[in-house]
Amino acid sequence: MTNTLINSAAAHRERTPAQHLLEVRDLTVTFPQPSGAVTAVRGVNYHVDKGEFLGIVGESGSGKSVSSLAVMGLLPSSAKVGGDILFEGKSLLNRSDKDMSKLRGDGISIIFQDPLSALTPVYTIGAQIAEALLLHDSKLSQLAANTRAVELLKVVGIPNPERRAQAFPHEFSGGMRQRAMIAIAIANNPRLIIADEPTTALDVTIQAQILEVLQKAKELTGAAVVLITHDLGVVAGNADRLAVMYAGRIVETGTVDEVFRAPSMPYTIGLLRSMPNLATAGHTRLVPLEGRPPLLSNLAPGCPFADRCPAVIDACRTTEPPLMQIGDDPLNASACIRVAEIASGELKRGEIYPVPEPVAPAERADVEPENVMAVTTLKRHFPLTKGAIFKHTVGIVRAVDGVSFEIKAGQTLGLVGESGCGKSTTIMEILELAKPQAGQVIINGRDVATLSAKERRALRQDIQVVFQDPMASLDPRLPVQDIVGEPLTVHGVSAKDRLKKVADVLELVGLDPSMASRYPHEFSGGQRQRIGIARALVTDPKIVVLDEPVSALDVSIQAGVINLLQDLQEKLGLSYLFVAHDLAVVRQIADNVAVMYLGRIVESGSAEQIFENPQHPYTRALLSAVPVPDPAIERSRTRIILDGDLPSPTENISGCNFRTRCPLYRLMDEAGQKRCATDDPEPRLVGSTLVACHHAENTDLMAPALT
Amino acid sequence: MIGFIAKRFINYAILSAIATLSAYVLASIILNPASRYLGRNPAPSTETINSILDGFGTNPNTPVIERLWAWIVNLVAHGSLGNTIHNTSVISEMTARAGTSLRLLILGTIIAAVIGVVLGVWGAVRQYKTSDQVISYASFTVLAMPSFVIGILLMITATTLNNVLGIQLINFTGEYTAGLEGGWWVHFWDRAAHLLLPTISLTLMGAAGYSRYQRSAMLDVLSADYIRTARSKGRTRGSALLRHGVRVALIPMSTYFAYSFATVLAGAAVTELVFSWHGMGEMLMQAIQQSDINAFTGAILFNAILILIAGTLADIVYAALDPRVRV
Amino acid sequence: MSMLDEASVADVTAGTPEVIKSKKPVSRFRLISSRLRSTPRFWVGFIGLAVISLWAIFGLAPNAWNYTDLDVRNMGASPSGLHWFGTSDIGEDIYAQTIVGLRKSLIIGLIVGPLAAIIAGIIGAVAGYIGGWWDRAIVWVIDLLLVLPSLFIFILLSQVLKSKSWVALIFLLSGFGWMIMARVIRAQTKSLRERDFIKAARFMGVDTWTIIRRHVLPNVSSLLIIDATLGIGGAILSETTLSFFGFGIQAPDVSLGTLLSAGQGAAATRPWLFIFPAAILVFTVLSASLVGDALRDAVDPTSGVNRD
Repeated sequence: MTNTLINSAAAHRERTPAQHLLEVRDLTVTFPQPSGAVTAVRGVNYHVDKGEFLGIVGESGSGKSVSSLAVMGLLPSSAKVGGDILFEGKSLLNRSDKDMSKLRGDGISIIFQDPLSALTPVYTIGAQIAEALLLHDSKLSQLAANTRAVELLKVVGIPNPERRAQAFPHEFSGGMRQRAMIAIAIANNPRLIIADEPTTALDVTIQAQILEVLQKAKELTGAAVVLITHDLGVVAGNADRLAVMYAGRIVETGTVDEVFRAPSMPYTIGLLRSMPNLATAGHTRLVPLEGRPPLLSNLAPGCPFADRCPAVIDACRTTEPPLMQIGDDPLNASACIRVAEIASGELKRGEIYPVPEPVAPAERADVEPENVMAVTTLKRHFPLTKGAIFKHTVGIVRAVDGVSFEIKAGQTLGLVGESGCGKSTTIMEILELAKPQAGQVIINGRDVATLSAKERRALRQDIQVVFQDPMASLDPRLPVQDIVGEPLTVHGVSAKDRLKKVADVLELVGLDPSMASRYPHEFSGGQRQRIGIARALVTDPKIVVLDEPVSALDVSIQAGVINLLQDLQEKLGLSYLFVAHDLAVVRQIADNVAVMYLGRIVESGSAEQIFENPQHPYTRALLSAVPVPDPAIERSRTRIILDGDLPSPTENISGCNFRTRCPLYRLMDEAGQKRCATDDPEPRLVGSTLVACHHAENTDLMAPALT
Repeated sequence: MIGFIAKRFINYAILSAIATLSAYVLASIILNPASRYLGRNPAPSTETINSILDGFGTNPNTPVIERLWAWIVNLVAHGSLGNTIHNTSVISEMTARAGTSLRLLILGTIIAAVIGVVLGVWGAVRQYKTSDQVISYASFTVLAMPSFVIGILLMITATTLNNVLGIQLINFTGEYTAGLEGGWWVHFWDRAAHLLLPTISLTLMGAAGYSRYQRSAMLDVLSADYIRTARSKGRTRGSALLRHGVRVALIPMSTYFAYSFATVLAGAAVTELVFSWHGMGEMLMQAIQQSDINAFTGAILFNAILILIAGTLADIVYAALDPRVRV
Repeated sequence: MSMLDEASVADVTAGTPEVIKSKKPVSRFRLISSRLRSTPRFWVGFIGLAVISLWAIFGLAPNAWNYTDLDVRNMGASPSGLHWFGTSDIGEDIYAQTIVGLRKSLIIGLIVGPLAAIIAGIIGAVAGYIGGWWDRAIVWVIDLLLVLPSLFIFILLSQVLKSKSWVALIFLLSGFGWMIMARVIRAQTKSLRERDFIKAARFMGVDTWTIIRRHVLPNVSSLLIIDATLGIGGAILSETTLSFFGFGIQAPDVSLGTLLSAGQGAAATRPWLFIFPAAILVFTVLSASLVGDALRDAVDPTSGVNRD
């Protein structure tokens, strides 16, 4: 037994000149289910060398997380794992939990996605880091471990680490928790760090910070990193090599430059073209990648991507293509029968996917460019109370603090900002159609503060909303026709007319009206969001408020929904208030953009101006934090990394409320800084955008804008 | 943390006070203390009955609100809960009985909590394995029994055991053997022996309920991400479950303890009655049967204070276990 | 006791877990019923309940004695071919009495369980959805009712009900059986209230009562069904305890509780007087709670997920 092990290891060493740090060979993972076994990972091969940075990209359900948990030996015991996983030449499969636990956290460590649930709520951050140290070094004293934990917190950039080590996870922000997770992961100088969607739940500015910390951790420990993500942009800027996963297999792999420059699997090509991309968005129409990934419980023979692939040929349906080397580079491979045609350029990459036709001029609605919505100095403050027995107000949460904007008929205003900046509160205030705390909301020329209950109900016909999560926004207990028809029940439409109208709007959003009697769970994510859009359109509104309408969808689905929204706008002459944190999506759809920070709009203007030539330092930092799925651009960019988290809206920052994080503020002379600290900047016209910054003219002192 | 506990304590105190006062009002409306004297031979005159009842402060002819006020004034000014219909003071009656009830309650609750937590954790970790099935079915069966059935079944078992062995191994009627000769040591053992069956009875019920709840709390924790994190740091599954899992799964238990305590009190009262103990349960039952409003309110007050203490204790444990509520 | 709200409530509307994927999306109902069918506990309870119900309906037919008959020649007889469960001191047939008592207990359980669940659903949904002072007042009343052992209140109130028929007992038991569930429903409603589909309905201008009726109650219905099932057992236990001490069902009506009360004195010497009704009682309550527990596991999408 021992002999054969040594022999095979030796044989392996002979075959490959340098031993890989991690090698995954023909890995399969199967979960037995009452309804039949689900094979989540179907024969995955990859390797990671010492100090290398590998990115694994895939949509939800592609098996990317499952394969990394298999490496850690953290899959449920019911999972059946096949193939082999070698770490430093030794197999990790069939080892006892005790044996594996010696390796976990020491040789290999992992960073999980959701840092709130991943930290034990009842122990301090410091104790949880010290625990990782003590587990692998029995000689270490508790005191020394605590000291080292504080050092680690400092390394990952947590200010005031001595004090913060005593804090509990709930006292940390999302970004700080993720930093703490990284501190735990690097505590014992591991040789391999697996980062499983480490930035998915975070804002772009925080994402940029975390990726920087991850790079720093990699440099400090010399560890190899496997970064698992759904975001091609994140990989482009960080990884050396990448593997694209689809339906439980790797379908394309290669160096980052090669894959982005010349992708050769139609799935990768489609993914890259369907992604809203800050560098190209706004000029070209997105190319949707239709359909959805196959269910892994009963796969048809042949290529699993065949049903969605426009370049499909008969041979694709019979056998599943293996990963085939492209050209001379042994690292570059793709699992497509037609890889040779694609690589040689015989099958042009740009022509595989048909570009959707824009709406014909004849179908376009004529709209007068009048204001349909005008919001002036809208305010929403919440009292902050304290005291267990006698509540008293200790502060004010300035969720919305004087927001003004207007929307013209047939146009889209994109409202962007980090989470917690007050953009959701703003739209909720507008949608209430009630008298605001302060300021004015005018919809269709009517001041909502003066409406009677009856008029308010009538006005609700004109303004409708689409929510972020299509699962949460549709009542699971009602059939689609009742969901879509619900707004009509308020306005006394007869049941017969309702059904007719429902069928019409379903058709309009590209759904088969015969499916109206089904329930939401029978639809895919993209279809559900179309149902949500249909419901918003059923009353023939003038304005639709879109609250992050695509951010809960997989990348490949997003493009279809964005295109639909654009087409509907042109056909029906709708006005959109489009709230999003994803700047690339906003770039794609918005005519005008307003950037929010801590309850205020710091910059607003045409999308063109804001994205090409941002004047406010915050806008510029925000744009620079957005990863672009192009390694060449990513490498040449200088990132403006903002310090720390979004301050709490309870903090009373004198003068300009961005100055605590402002990179420009730090470059200013004393007089300039004083002005920021004392005067609250009013929006003023700089270039052609309204900017709330005293020093907007000097923005170019910071790194230049995205080119 | 102090603020949190103070707030909870005040909340409980107000609730207990209102519960006691409503019990007084309710009893005053429902019970008719005069009925006790009507059946007597020779029948006392209405004036006599009225004067007796006035003495107790329970005359139905006085408006309820006035009687309640008098009762409160009496309590605040003299620290008295009035007299029972046997002309003893309610407080002295309560002090005589409280020890008996507390002995059973404290012992039963503590043992039940410990056993319940251990069985619950064990069941969750070994979910659907044989040991879990046995624990589950056993707790369901115990929970399907009214407390008096458990008591009587235990007595039947003890009698059978005594008969088979031919000696009086387990004593179970009353709290002690009347007229027992011997030193304190003998008395101590006698009382301990009498305590055995009622304690088992109360413990069984408590442990069954706690184990079900602890099991589901633990199951929630088993699939938590931080268990996975703890394992990824290098803990084995068992050690991660103990150090990280059980610690968190105990938090909801403290809440459950507070609100299940009312049920425990009722169970303890029934158990006392079944085993013919002269405790607070018997006092309460007799008070209702004899239309003794003062004694009834006293017994309810006793229970309310216990709930106040148990609830506050549970909150202290909660705050100690969960840093998220410490302000 | 407001901490109860923070105890995690399973999100029953969260839908099916990611891993269960088959050719066609399975409807919630079919998913739950398929999970139920694969739970042995459900079958044990279900068959138990079915057997008990059938027995309660038809069990008297093959028996030679009616429950009021007195067999003066066989007083205090042990179980035999003539009297299957034996007879009491005055010659009543225990088998017949047990069935009649079981009927009463079952009827009480079957009415009280669902009735209390309905009260809990309405009060919990109103408190959770409307919020504000309504919510505070309702929570306060619930806390007050939870603070005192309801058994003592039952006993007190039963002084009034003694003269009324056993139907009054049903209302008494329902009136004190809804509090815990109302808290759970309230917490669930509060989280539903923040869900987008309810917000959407609000922004459409749908009025409060319609939202509660159309969106809230259907979405907590599975919790209510579970509660109604578990409530059956709870109600039977309360009834028997009350009747055992003479505060519940009054003669000439018979329930399992009155039978146990009559049989307790002889429990040690003539155990059949006590053991048979007790066994039937435990079996009935156990079956109902097994079904309820299996339902809860089937409805809760996170249950049974032991990731180990």
